[in-house]
This record gives sequence, structure tokens and C-alpha cells, in this order.
Amino acid sequence: MLDKVDVLIIGSGASGAAVAWSLADTKMRILCLEQGDWVKPTDYPTNGRNWEARLFSDFAINPNRRARETDYPINDANSPVKVVNFNGVGGSTIMYTAHYPRLHPSDFRVKTLDGVAEDWPVDYQTLEPYFAENDRMMGVAGLAGDPAYPLHHPPMPPLPLGKSGQRFGKALNSLGWHWWPSDSAIATVEYDGRAPCINLGHCTPGCAQGAKASTDITYWPAAIRAGVELRTRARVREITTDETGMATGAIYYDAEGQEHFQPAEMVIVACNGVGTPRLLLNSVSGRFPNGIANSSGLVGKNLMFHPFALTYGYVDEPLDGNHGPPLNLWSQEFYETDRSRGFVRGYTLQLHRGTGSIVEAITSTAAGRLPWGEDHHKVYRSLLNRRLAMSTITEDLPEEHNRVTLDPVLKDSNGIPAPKIDYTIGENTRKMMEHGIARSKEILTAAGATGFGVEAPIMNGGWHLMGTARMGTDPERSVVNEWGRSHDVKNLFIVDGSIWVTSGGVNPTSTIQALALYIADNIKQRLANATLFD
Amino acid sequence: MTNETLTDAETRDLRALAGVMIPASITYGVPGADDPLIFDEILRNLERDTADTRTALRHLAELSGGAFADLAPDRRAEVSARFKQEGGAPLFSLNRVVLLCYYRDDRVMRSLGQEPRPPFPKGHVVEQGDWSLLDPVRQRAPMWRRA
Repeated sequence: MLDKVDVLIIGSGASGAAVAWSLADTKMRILCLEQGDWVKPTDYPTNGRNWEARLFSDFAINPNRRARETDYPINDANSPVKVVNFNGVGGSTIMYTAHYPRLHPSDFRVKTLDGVAEDWPVDYQTLEPYFAENDRMMGVAGLAGDPAYPLHHPPMPPLPLGKSGQRFGKALNSLGWHWWPSDSAIATVEYDGRAPCINLGHCTPGCAQGAKASTDITYWPAAIRAGVELRTRARVREITTDETGMATGAIYYDAEGQEHFQPAEMVIVACNGVGTPRLLLNSVSGRFPNGIANSSGLVGKNLMFHPFALTYGYVDEPLDGNHGPPLNLWSQEFYETDRSRGFVRGYTLQLHRGTGSIVEAITSTAAGRLPWGEDHHKVYRSLLNRRLAMSTITEDLPEEHNRVTLDPVLKDSNGIPAPKIDYTIGENTRKMMEHGIARSKEILTAAGATGFGVEAPIMNGGWHLMGTARMGTDPERSVVNEWGRSHDVKNLFIVDGSIWVTSGGVNPTSTIQALALYIADNIKQRLANATLFD
Repeated sequence: MTNETLTDAETRDLRALAGVMIPASITYGVPGADDPLIFDEILRNLERDTADTRTALRHLAELSGGAFADLAPDRRAEVSARFKQEGGAPLFSLNRVVLLCYYRDDRVMRSLGQEPRPPFPKGHVVEQGDWSLLDPVRQRAPMWRRA
């Protein structure tokens, strides 16, 4: 048996890294188990000529397509939105755009303000210092003064507007609508040993420059220096418990498939909104026949995705193409509830740069816009670098029928049951998407674009995995309490997006990490006064 | 020509189809996707798409009543038009591999005004732009709801 640790963290992504770093100053023995590997900067696609091709192979965002040894399969046949992720040190921060908005104050009070879903047991004001600390640790570029948010001060200047940004800015000004440079977890100047962005333009599948803040280059080096152990190629099968119902550790498989038991005084789960319910549901015992921490029956339920609608058109001059980070501006004109729109809550419009030359060819062929034959070259040249695109990222309300369960047949390479997704887009969300597409076309028209295309929902758009082990004060209506501890197992914590009560209408990483730091602080305070497991 | 995944007949049909999809152009000074260098690259990069490609090519052969590569130009155009309509997901995968290899060929990239190089380490320049465009937004009252 391996030596017992004080804290066992499962998962090294956005939240696992943040909680590991924060707890390191307790000087407890902290171990993180990660099923994937470290990714070397030289492995990233932009080092090679086949950089766009690798989006469809070993750096595909969909794990079923990517199918690395370190990935687990997901049965997503019964969902119009497919789960995308990355398994490795840094988790899905390796393969995110680093578009880095916070939730808004209203997002934590949806029941009170709009009469839907549930309020969160924490609020924006409580999280504010953790947002700031996280911005400093990750290194965030942006511009203070956005009227869509309480005032905050990103530590670096914003990403450049570029040609597309100026087009969007002029268009939105002509409509009188809000826009602002996005908070982005991308270094725009030298920052904490990281080189600034050089506009490789291929941020999602990893940044060879190291300008993008994935947690393998932000939190983890600091956590490891402070004494945290990170063990890779360690795939956890289940969390174990004793006769009193306390967690005792976890059973995992190493790279050779050997089984190990890792004992621990407390366990923190950070496996994302699909991986976490999968692990909890796989952790079955006589005391917990329906999975650990599941007395509410809510583990795996209320899955929220943020369905995206992509709307685009083409202008009559070359823009930036794919050069530069793909998202650099947002509009939150339609974020807060206005019932005259026919739905409650709202959405963000993410304003894009263009696409790479091959992705343009592939997507335009799929859309029937790019022909075969003699006209191919002429049409292609009229499209290349002329695309102006935007995404509507909608608030997805929790619905219990949207869920993660265990697939009865599909298993990973260690024989662990795989997750199965059952998901439909809610009516409120669908109306929101339609509204966003219509507004996007107005913006694109004002920007001089024609030849519109729409993809709604974006199929491979399940980046944001939330709600499947939600937090709350009522043990019958939530899985963890207001500071992330399981209602059922008093030394088991969850810190990833699965604890979200509602989704908001923005990318979640910033808020996931702020919540993880908040939970870590609560753990430290209760350790200090010996009430952690009360 | 034979490779380890496609039969000779499949390889011939794939090459003929690639030439239909993206023919050489004197106007733009570019090779077609059936160019020897590009087509070798296509064969080397089928990887995850091999099964779909073979499915698509079987469908193409059925529509052709034999080898697509042996059809006369008019008949090829007719069959390929129908194949494009009916090919579905397997054809999408095949077409994607053709495009992935065609648009990274040095000759093609140069004809598009692009440098044939990886993005890293040189990167690209993106202009800062006119930040005064934000002035009207700066003057707006707070939009977020207090909660």
C-alpha cells in the first residue's frame, strides 16, 4: 500500500491545480492524481506544418476523435452537443481559447431575480477576491472599465483589436450596442516568466509560445515548488470509504495497468462536469449503492453545456485570418434578462477573428459554399481571410433529464465504465439562440458582411461541463454544501464545474478557478479551527 | 501504386476523385489535388479516416458501376456530382483529408500569398487598431444588475 497523504486531489486541470496551489501553504502532504501526461511545448501543433491537420487527430477537441491512450470514451450519441475536453496536466486548459470572463453578480441570483432555477449559496462579492487572485496567478489580459461588469483590473493590457475587431467595433457602435475587449488568460506582455503572445493563432490546441495560461505553466510550477506531488498516468477508478462513511482514498491504475490504492485523509475531486459524476457513480459500496455523495440522487443530473450558435459572413477585403487569439472581444448587450425578448436570462456574443486556411476550406465545403471543380479556386479566394464570425453563448438552465450516467457497455482501456450523455436543448435556450443569431446577422450586416452561415448548436461545442454535482445548503437538493464539501461524506470535496448551480452565459474557467480558491480557503479556515469534518 | 490501407483500385479512384475535387489551374498557377506530391501526402495522412475513406470509395465505385478512374470525363463529372450529394459522413471525412493536405502544399500556399512555414516560432503581426472606437462604450452607464 502506498503512503497515506493528507490531501488527495483527483484531476490536475483548472480547479485541481488552483486548489493544490492554495492548499500548499498548509504544509500538508498533498498528492494529485492525473490520468494524462505532461504536454511539452514542442508537442503542440504550431511547431509543425501540419498544425491545422492535427486539430483533427491527436489534438482534436473531441476525445472520441482524439482517442489518445490517456482519453476515456464518452457515449454522446443522445446529445446534439458533444463533450470536448483534454486529459493531461492542465486538463482542458490545455485546449481552451483562454477567453476568460467572470460570471456576473446576477448569475448567482437567478431565482431571486428571474424566478428560474436556484440561487447559488455564494455570490459575486464573496468570490471577488478569489477572482482577483486567480487573475494574478493565471495572468489575465483585459481592460478595466467594462460597463457590463463590476469594476476590476486585469493585470495586463488587452489583446489587439486587429482588422476584424475594428470592423466589429464600428458595427456595434453604429447599432449602439455594447462591446468590450475580453478578459483573456493570455500574456500580452512578459508575465511571471511567460513570453508574450506572438499571434500564432492556434490557441485552442495548446500554445507553443507559452503565452496562454494553461495550469501546467501557471499554478502547477508554483504548487510543485511548494511541495505538492503530481502523479501522472494515474487513472482513478473509484473513491473508497470506510464503515463510518468517510472517504479513505482512491483506487487507480498506472500506465502499465497496475492497480494501486492511495490512502488519504481527505479527497478532493476535480475531474470536470462529466468526469466527476462518472467517478462518483463508479464509487459504489454497500453504504453508497447509488454512488458516493449521491443521497440526493442528483449526481450526474442537471448537466449544462452552454449551447453555442455560430453565425458568420464574408466581407470584401482580407482581415486577420486566423492570426491572433481567436476570441478577443465580447458584447453583453443581451446578457441581462429582458422578458420582452421572449426568454429569461441571456447570452454573450463572442466576436471572433477568422479561421485558418484549411479550416475555411473544410467548413465551406461542408456548408456547400466551396465547390468541386474549376470554380473551386476562384470561390476559395473569395472566402479566404474574409470571414467575420461570432458565437452566441447561451445560458443553459438546469434540467434534471439532462444528465451523465454510466454506459452499460462502453468502457475505457482500464475497463472502467464510460460516461453516457443524455441531453436536449431547453426551450428557453433555443429561443435565446434564435435571438442571438438574429442579432448576430444585424451586427454582421452593419459590418458589411454578406453570405451568412449558421451552425446552431455547434456540435463539437460541449466545452463547458457544469451542474452535475451542484452546491447548495439543502442536502436533498444538492450534492455539496456552500463550501464544496459533500453533504454525505465529510472529507470529500468537489471543486470543478460540476458544482455550478446555474451556468450563466459566459465561459466558465475563471469562475471555476475562483470557486476552487474559495473552497480551498474554507478548508484552510476550518482546518485551523478544527471544524473541517464536523 | 499501393499503400498499406487502400487497394490499388481504391487508390486509383481516390486520386481521380481528388483531381475532380480540386483540379490544377493554369489561371492560379496551382497543382490539382491529384498532383503526385500532394496525393502521396493524402495517402500518408488517412490515419483515423481510413475506414471512412474506404466506405466512401466503395460507394463511389457502386455509383460508377466499376472503377471511377476508368470513366470518361463527362461520366466522371456526372458520377461525382451525384456522389457529392449522397456521400454523407464518409465522403466528408475523405474530402477533409484531401483539403488538409492540399492547402499545406508549398506551391498552393505561395499562390495564396502565405508563407509555407509553421506558425511557431515566428508568429504573426496583428495591428492594435483604433482604441478610440471604444469611447462611446466607455460612456455607458453600468449595465450589470446588482444582486
